[in-house]
Amino acid sequence: MNVLIISAVWGVLMMFSGVLLKGKAPIRILAIAGMLALVLVNVLEMQGIKIFHIQTEGLMKYDRPALLFIGIATVTTFLYLLLSARDMEKVGAYNSEYFALIFFIICGIDLTSSFQSLLILFLGIEIISIPLYILTGSDKRNLKSNEASLKYFLMGSFSTGLMLMGIALIYGARASFDLSAINTVVDGKTSVLLTAGMLLLMFSMAFKASVAPFHFWTPDVYDGAPTVFTSFMATVVKAAVFIAFIRLFSDAFGKFQPQWQMIAGILTVATLFIGNITAVFQQSVKRMLAYSSIAQAGFMMFAVYSMSAEGREGLILYVTAYSLATIGIFAVLIKMQDYTFDGFNGFAKRQPLLAATTTIFLLSLAGIPLTAGFIAKFYMLKAALAGGQHLWLVIFAVLMAAVSVYYYFRVIQAMYFRDSETDAHELPVSLSFKWTLVVLAGLVIVLGVFPDILLSWYYF
Amino acid sequence: MIALLLILVPLVTGFATFFLKNDRTARAWALFASVATLAVVITGLTICKNDASCLSYSANWMSLLNSSFTVKLDGMGQLLCLLNAVAYPIVMLATWKTSYKKAHNFYALMLLAQAGMMGVFLAMDALLFYFAWELALIPMYFLCSQWGGEKRIAVTFKFFVYTFLGSLLMLIGILFVYSHTPLQSFSIEQFYNAKLTVGEEQIVFWLMFVAFAIKMPIFPFHTWQPDTYEQSPTATTMILSGVMVKMGVFALLRWLLPVVPIAAFQWGDVVTSMAVIGMIYASLIAIRQDDLKRLVAYSSIAHIGLMAAAIFSENNSSVQGAMIQMFNHGINIIGLWIVVEIIERQFGTRKISDLGGLAQKAPAMAILLVIVALANIALPLTNAFPGEFLMFNGIFNSGVTQYSKLFTVLAGLSIILSAVYTLNMIRKVFYGNTNELTASAVDISLNEKIALAIIVGIICWFGICPQSLLNLANDTSNFILEKANVLPLLKK
Repeated sequence: MNVLIISAVWGVLMMFSGVLLKGKAPIRILAIAGMLALVLVNVLEMQGIKIFHIQTEGLMKYDRPALLFIGIATVTTFLYLLLSARDMEKVGAYNSEYFALIFFIICGIDLTSSFQSLLILFLGIEIISIPLYILTGSDKRNLKSNEASLKYFLMGSFSTGLMLMGIALIYGARASFDLSAINTVVDGKTSVLLTAGMLLLMFSMAFKASVAPFHFWTPDVYDGAPTVFTSFMATVVKAAVFIAFIRLFSDAFGKFQPQWQMIAGILTVATLFIGNITAVFQQSVKRMLAYSSIAQAGFMMFAVYSMSAEGREGLILYVTAYSLATIGIFAVLIKMQDYTFDGFNGFAKRQPLLAATTTIFLLSLAGIPLTAGFIAKFYMLKAALAGGQHLWLVIFAVLMAAVSVYYYFRVIQAMYFRDSETDAHELPVSLSFKWTLVVLAGLVIVLGVFPDILLSWYYF
Repeated sequence: MIALLLILVPLVTGFATFFLKNDRTARAWALFASVATLAVVITGLTICKNDASCLSYSANWMSLLNSSFTVKLDGMGQLLCLLNAVAYPIVMLATWKTSYKKAHNFYALMLLAQAGMMGVFLAMDALLFYFAWELALIPMYFLCSQWGGEKRIAVTFKFFVYTFLGSLLMLIGILFVYSHTPLQSFSIEQFYNAKLTVGEEQIVFWLMFVAFAIKMPIFPFHTWQPDTYEQSPTATTMILSGVMVKMGVFALLRWLLPVVPIAAFQWGDVVTSMAVIGMIYASLIAIRQDDLKRLVAYSSIAHIGLMAAAIFSENNSSVQGAMIQMFNHGINIIGLWIVVEIIERQFGTRKISDLGGLAQKAPAMAILLVIVALANIALPLTNAFPGEFLMFNGIFNSGVTQYSKLFTVLAGLSIILSAVYTLNMIRKVFYGNTNELTASAVDISLNEKIALAIIVGIICWFGICPQSLLNLANDTSNFILEKANVLPLLKK
């Protein structure tokens, strides 16, 4: 609740800051300070200190998982702003608005992580999506950015339509938007209306989370959007959608698991396969990361598929590990002139520290032990295996993880083992940027060795 | 405490090496670090020999998963940690004169790999074991791709993906067993008590066996090996073939046989057949090799195959033989690599057909090499003899297979073949007439002499009195065989 209201107010504040403040630096500092404030008020709420006392029963519930994820989202956004706020200013002239939109997205994320009613879910998803359409098209004079924005908007509104249709059907079946009211079995059978609504909701959530076969917008949009916003879209937003996904399907449809589990399994396999195999053939690191985000979504789908306590814990770890690593890689990528794999040739010689941290992020994405990415994948596999009969799915996932090593390690190979042909020029990298990256890499390692630090927040 | 130090010393010194900017300092520091590790092992083997609390260490780690940081130095662990610790100073000495670009990174990664391998040999917790297994692999990947030969990037990548896929399958196996342990824990005692049906045991067996078979490597999982050995920098190849491949053999004994005894019994014949085919196949290829590095690589496949066959014969003689052979083979093959390295550095070629008559020019090297080569074909009075003898004895008398006689004959054939290629190599490289290339050869330098002399010393010492090694192997071997004994289970 603290985060919801303060982020909304701060968003408005940011919009006016462009008029009131002179120069770019004050605006940037205001935004970073605001995000830090959000982190702090969320910590306060986790300690039981609420600034606003508003009755939200039946609409939102700020339980432990919800608060933990809001915490993760605000902390990763804070790190993201520290790393990339300067690059956001380079996209266009309206820097205060970009920051404002980020705050509004956080507002939506607060809703989607705590909803108890389908209406709030819908509101949250829309509050996240609409600012994203704008951010995608924010590089106004770039045709690719415009195309991406339009594509994203059209496809996104279509999936929103699906979601509304699903919600309406479920309302027809249960006469309620409340999750716990939906999650009841009446007379030992489920109605057709409910099943249809459930499937529509699953597909629209799959679209938002770029799960195959609803992933087609992802590469184009991620590629076309300004890189600095792709970073945000691919990490914090995607994480939020998955948290909403699992909240919806455990709280509202948990009792109907036999009906949808097979479909979730098929989505998982398709996502893993398409994401990983297509990523292998990419020539641009940015596009590769877009497909990698699809592939990682496949692993996150394991949590939805297995729908156990372990799966939910694992998802928290997974989104954290994935967001930290991806934000780091994108932050480095933004600084590059050349987004192809060859552009990374000889990078280790020019920027040893950046190359070392990027390597840690890539190892984490590939799921190598001692990094957070490994523990996250480990939890997903463990959750899927706990049931016992999903061995084939797990083995398939592991094969795909081995494929993923190919494209992640291509970047490492380029950085360390190949020499650059063109003349190397110094990247404009500040000292604080380097230190933030080191902190990010440190977090990835610490979470990889002591995941209990994060998971203990889940319970206590 | 000793067990913890064995991991910490190379780990901490390794990280520190990254920050040494001077190459010579880094080299000296790495030698010092490896000698320090050796000192720790020797302390563990002598002073703390009977003090269990000194040899083991346990600390809380991921308590939500019931995984703890538990390390223990048991008999088999002592053998392999000793090998690991002895190998490093020898390798450092032998390659003292080789200069590397960015040497501090090279030595740092080497030490980190040592820490990982120590972890594998000491871990008494499956998750810790897996961590260490991968930690040993990552530095190897960077070592081979950074400092290797021309085709290094592609070759190392193949090696990496191969082993990585294997270890992921092993991870599923570990998770599978974990979910069937009585207390949902990763500790090795819990793994030994896991309640698995026969069908489940078979799944676990294959998931884990593939990982170990790739690492060893056993035919038909060996295709990464000759290329990788050929392309890697020689110091790395020494560690890779001397110590790292023993991780696979070791893991068979510690994590496979006692955990899934019934499946190991059922599939024992298949595995032994694969191993025996691999031995003969690799020996035949080795005979036709013209490249010294590839020859040694294939000879390694043949030797490892024998160890695998011995392990699946499941009796005291063969298992003990395999354990001490892990140690001895590691020492011998490092000796062979040292000679290959010297030849390659001096003449710029590894082709046997280009060389000849080296004995006239480099007598010291020739004498030392011949001893190492004789050890490679397990002549009596060399260290490899007791191990191979015990293994053959065990395979011949194996109670778990009906084909023991056949396996013995076929495996014995590979020993004859190994004499063929080893002696042939000596004849062509060291004897005969010198040619233009070798006419200007000089004898080996002091550091190489020391390294080879240490190896020859170990070869002779353990060839004449192998009892101290057997004492180390005895308890662990009894323990493993007791766990792996399926005959009472089958009677039920």
